[in-house]
Amino acid sequence: MLMASATAKTTFNIEKIRKDFPILDRKVNGYPLVYFDNAATSQTPKQVIDAIVDYYSNYNANIHRGVHALSQEATDAYEQARIKIQRHFNIPNAYQTLFTAGTTHGINMVASGYASILKEGDEVLVSALEHHSNIVPWQMLCEKTGAKLKVIPMLETGTLDMEAFDALLSDRLKVVFVNHVSNALGTINPIAEIITKAHQKGAVVLVDGAQAAPHIKADVQELDVDFYVVSAHKICGPTGVGMLYGKEDLLKLLPPYQGGGEMIDQVTFEKTTYAGLPHKFEAGTPNICGGIAFGVALDYMNEIGFDAIAKYEHQLLEYATSKLQEIEGLRIYGESKDKTAVVSFNINGIHPYDMGTILDKLGIAVRTGHHCAQPIMDFYKISGTVRASFSFYNTFEEIDTFVAAVIRAKEMLS
Amino acid sequence: MSSIQEIQQEIVEEFEMFDDWMQRYEYMIELGKSLPLIDEKYKTEEYIIKGCQSKVWVHADLNDDKIEFTADSDAIITKGIIAILIRSFSNQPPQEILDADTSFIDKIGLKEHLSPTRANGLVSMIKQIKLYAIAYQAKANSK
Repeated sequence: MLMASATAKTTFNIEKIRKDFPILDRKVNGYPLVYFDNAATSQTPKQVIDAIVDYYSNYNANIHRGVHALSQEATDAYEQARIKIQRHFNIPNAYQTLFTAGTTHGINMVASGYASILKEGDEVLVSALEHHSNIVPWQMLCEKTGAKLKVIPMLETGTLDMEAFDALLSDRLKVVFVNHVSNALGTINPIAEIITKAHQKGAVVLVDGAQAAPHIKADVQELDVDFYVVSAHKICGPTGVGMLYGKEDLLKLLPPYQGGGEMIDQVTFEKTTYAGLPHKFEAGTPNICGGIAFGVALDYMNEIGFDAIAKYEHQLLEYATSKLQEIEGLRIYGESKDKTAVVSFNINGIHPYDMGTILDKLGIAVRTGHHCAQPIMDFYKISGTVRASFSFYNTFEEIDTFVAAVIRAKEMLS
Repeated sequence: MSSIQEIQQEIVEEFEMFDDWMQRYEYMIELGKSLPLIDEKYKTEEYIIKGCQSKVWVHADLNDDKIEFTADSDAIITKGIIAILIRSFSNQPPQEILDADTSFIDKIGLKEHLSPTRANGLVSMIKQIKLYAIAYQAKANSK
């Protein structure tokens, strides 16, 4: 037992990790910052910040077209980042690893592509646990094509009703859209099962991995998922950049999302022939620095190791859950056995906005409100929750501070 | 009846008695409890102020050429903020409400709530109060 904990310590050095994040030293409203809004965006380690500074200080140039040295260096670094992302998600080829502006962009690329494929009477299935960004593009798609949008319902525990899912599988089903992890509740969805069953009906599955990526290293080939999207800014990278993975035949089938430079092969006024993958989907000058920093962020997290991260975060989750449950009148939403380090809760008679305001005054950053997931809030008949989401750079002491602050706020607000 | 400026000065002086944010917030919560509550029938979509993470309803009536505001919110801090606004603006002539400034919010240490991106929608509340004043002013002028 002693041996085991000693090994765990050598693989996970929290003091060292925290030194990598300059922002964790700052104070908010006179208190040391406790950052528990990691599900909204993660903080940035100095390795990533340094990569951004290095890019703009030493080799800022446009890529893929210049013959000069800077352009070549920038192109190499950008394409190297693509390979890092490819390897991280075990994507078969670099050209199936598309840079996007983020998860929402990736979803819209796929959804808009299906506008020319879906027909009236076809069915699209989304889960009740989705973020608005996962509902609206599909609603728009269905309005445009006459396809029917159906919803996999959720259960009181905050998990998907898989019996209902089975009943919803039909021969008209063409696209299934589900998040790997719910942003509002932290529920890890059974995507492997969903993918297998959807494939049996001939449907394709797009998985939103935005909330999973910081905690779970997804293997797209093992999952046999058709499309997988993530954002860099949830995985210690910068905002405004993300990744879309697609199976090769599907990416070839989809029409380009945007017209512009870089995505063309030949242009005459009569006809343009499009470039091959990935450039067909990467019109215009991309977020070059962001892409490079995304690669560095993955390097950083892989060096710590996703198994170690998941294990540590799970301990944080269990500790926070048990501490919070001691508070009278507190209810936690999302009680799945499989969940990431997210605690979404309310205290009887206290509005989440009030709780969030007092916690902020005490230097604690949490998210309050409906988390862009109003259907989930409607299900529980609440206007919102307080959501604390933990990352591998958070500590047990911070959870103690947070729980004490929740109790203090409760006394003030009751 | 005191002018808007006098009332605002009074509120500023009350808040000056407290040394820290916690006492100020506790006082604000107390003020929220004394808010002239809106009639339940006005707690509808029509009277709701958009742009708030909490729900806020504001209703206005004209009595003797002065606007009387009533309001409610489902969040207690928001209720306190709106109570301060209503104390300052209620039972005042429309023109005075339109002319009044809101810098006293800054002076009572609630500056952070004035940011337009702030989810409590204090800015939206002030805008709604001023819109009521414009509407009643226009109505009075058209008579």
